[in-house]
Amino acid sequence: MSAEPAAAASPNRPVLSVQDMSIQFKLPQGWITAVDRVSFDLRQGEVVGIVGESGSGKSQILLSLMGLLAGNGRCSGSAVFEGQQLLNRPPKELDAIRGSTMSMIFQDPMTSLNPYMRVSDQLTEVLTAHQGKSKAEALEVAIEMLERVRIPEARRRIRLYPHEFSGGMRQRVMIAMALLCRPEVLFADEPTTALDVTVQAQILELMAELARDMRTAVAIVTHDLGVIARLCDRVIVLYGGRIMEQGSLDEIFYDPKHPYTKGLLASTPRLDEKVHGELRTIPGQPRAAMGDFPGCPFEPRCALRIDRCRAEMPALLGDDKGRAVACHVSGV
Amino acid sequence: MWSYTLRRTLGSVPTLLALCVITFFMMRVAPGGPFSGNRRVSPEFVKLMEDAYHLNDPLWQQFWTWFNGVLHFDLGPSLKLRDYNVSELIAIGLPTSLEVGAWAMLLSTLVGVVLGIAGALRRNGPIDYSAGAIAMVGVAVPIFVIGPLLQIVFGLQLRWLPVARWDDSWQCRVLPVLTLALPNIAYVSRLMRSSMIETARTNYVRTARAKGIGEWRTILKHALRGAIMPVVAYLGPATAVTISGSVVVETVFSIPGIGRFFVESVANRDYPLIMGVTLLYGAIVIAANLVTDIARGLLDPKVSYE
Ligand SMILES: Nc1ncnc2c1ncn2[C@@H]1O[C@H](COP(=O)(O)OP(=O)(O)OP(=O)(O)O)[C@@H](O)[C@H]1O
Ligand SMILES: [Mg+2]
Repeated sequence: MSAEPAAAASPNRPVLSVQDMSIQFKLPQGWITAVDRVSFDLRQGEVVGIVGESGSGKSQILLSLMGLLAGNGRCSGSAVFEGQQLLNRPPKELDAIRGSTMSMIFQDPMTSLNPYMRVSDQLTEVLTAHQGKSKAEALEVAIEMLERVRIPEARRRIRLYPHEFSGGMRQRVMIAMALLCRPEVLFADEPTTALDVTVQAQILELMAELARDMRTAVAIVTHDLGVIARLCDRVIVLYGGRIMEQGSLDEIFYDPKHPYTKGLLASTPRLDEKVHGELRTIPGQPRAAMGDFPGCPFEPRCALRIDRCRAEMPALLGDDKGRAVACHVSGV
Repeated sequence: MWSYTLRRTLGSVPTLLALCVITFFMMRVAPGGPFSGNRRVSPEFVKLMEDAYHLNDPLWQQFWTWFNGVLHFDLGPSLKLRDYNVSELIAIGLPTSLEVGAWAMLLSTLVGVVLGIAGALRRNGPIDYSAGAIAMVGVAVPIFVIGPLLQIVFGLQLRWLPVARWDDSWQCRVLPVLTLALPNIAYVSRLMRSSMIETARTNYVRTARAKGIGEWRTILKHALRGAIMPVVAYLGPATAVTISGSVVVETVFSIPGIGRFFVESVANRDYPLIMGVTLLYGAIVIAANLVTDIARGLLDPKVSYE
């Protein structure tokens, strides 16, 4: 059976498989659904972009997978990572996974590092906890990793506190922290939106480059289609807690099927296009409360809606190559 | 840091001076005098005594005389306990007061912090509710009520502890220290609880959880450090609360400390003793605030002494 190792090393092996994941939050007036039956795979070494407007549930998907859901939240469905179920796992068991084979970079580098601890301690504790390294060994690995994220004078700077770093440098520290144990999967929740535009691109490229070197699969959440275009192999488009469409970068950008995806692309200003008057927007507002309604969440704003859209959520139908669309009117 | 300490110490001189001036003149505005309460002595004798202690000189001159003494480390004589001067009385009472006060501070900080953390980690659990009840009592019931209550229950009824005795045994210390600590236990536990809850929600604690280093390590190494800062900042004010409490507690439990001298000195209009103790209390509170600020600086890397 010489085919076995080859299959394991193939770029298409899914490392994370999410099936029918739903997330709900308890509010005084009852449970609201933030994410509704979302399914997707993350394959070894690929970079997947998750786009969607504010409140569409992007962050909550990643947080649930990391076991970091807020106290009033609950999730259902399944998420299998390296043969292990992630959802509703006791934190103790998740601790063997998170920070080592699965890690996350958060949005705001200014507040995501502990202001009271030296960067060295914040980095080395990951290695001592997961790999049983000694303090001294861990420090060497941490310095090496800071050098890889191109922090100059890493050996000296690792002794500093977070406030002694700029925003961009702090996010490099966060990236180094997340990659210390060479994870299989890296989640990045808008890793650069809090940063100066001039450093955004550098940071993203750095993250993607390191992930490629380590063959780490990346799921990156963003509002920014430019980021997607630059980094991602595949795209998942969310609206109102549901997947509207997913496919390869080219499919989504050059052949969008779902009316929301089309609207999203049309409302993004492009440098190679003259803008006449106002920027185009998608008319209407997202549904205020995501209650349990039967129809498509985009229906109220959709130009192509038919009666059926209000009554019934279209299934996400697709081919076996990962291209899928959830729309009654314009399917694959 | 040394230059910071020096600057703060020098900066506290005007505060102390203002404290002395206000206390001095307020006491003189209040009716009565050190020799006026006693009906058995003639007015002529009172006048003689007052002249002997320069109490009939112009006020500003009296203040100057007293202040000049302070500059030469002389707090003057006691008007009532005539064999002693104020410095001697302070030297007699201070060790006892410091002992009770220090135990009360230690107890209130430790118990307050532990109760606060326990309440924050198990919100709405039994510990949280008990801590809340203790805090409610500690905040709402003044210690001149709590002290006698404890005396009645543990001293008179259960007979576990002495009611109001002072010797070298530890039993004598339990009730006064507990009474004195209670208001600060109440305050510190509430402060710690809310601060811990708030810190547990910060992004950096979420990052620590995401690192998979374990819940206990997350709480002890990441959350506690930030959450304890408001408690550290409260140590200065806590000292002031303890001092004012000690005045009551020493009286209620007949403890021969400065607090009791202070109460007696006010009742007797023993002006030099009042001024001496006021100055001492002021200096202790200022020193406590200075130590608090230095401790905060040591704990928080963002604070610099410049
Ligand atoms: N603790 C909570 N309690 C109640 N509702 C919550 C809670 N956390 C998130 N939500 C809701 O879940 C929905 C999805 O939130 P999420 O943070 O995933 O959005 P997002 O797509 O990441 O948006 P953004 O781009 O603004 O970050 C939102 O409508 C939000 O109000
Ligand atoms: Mg988000």
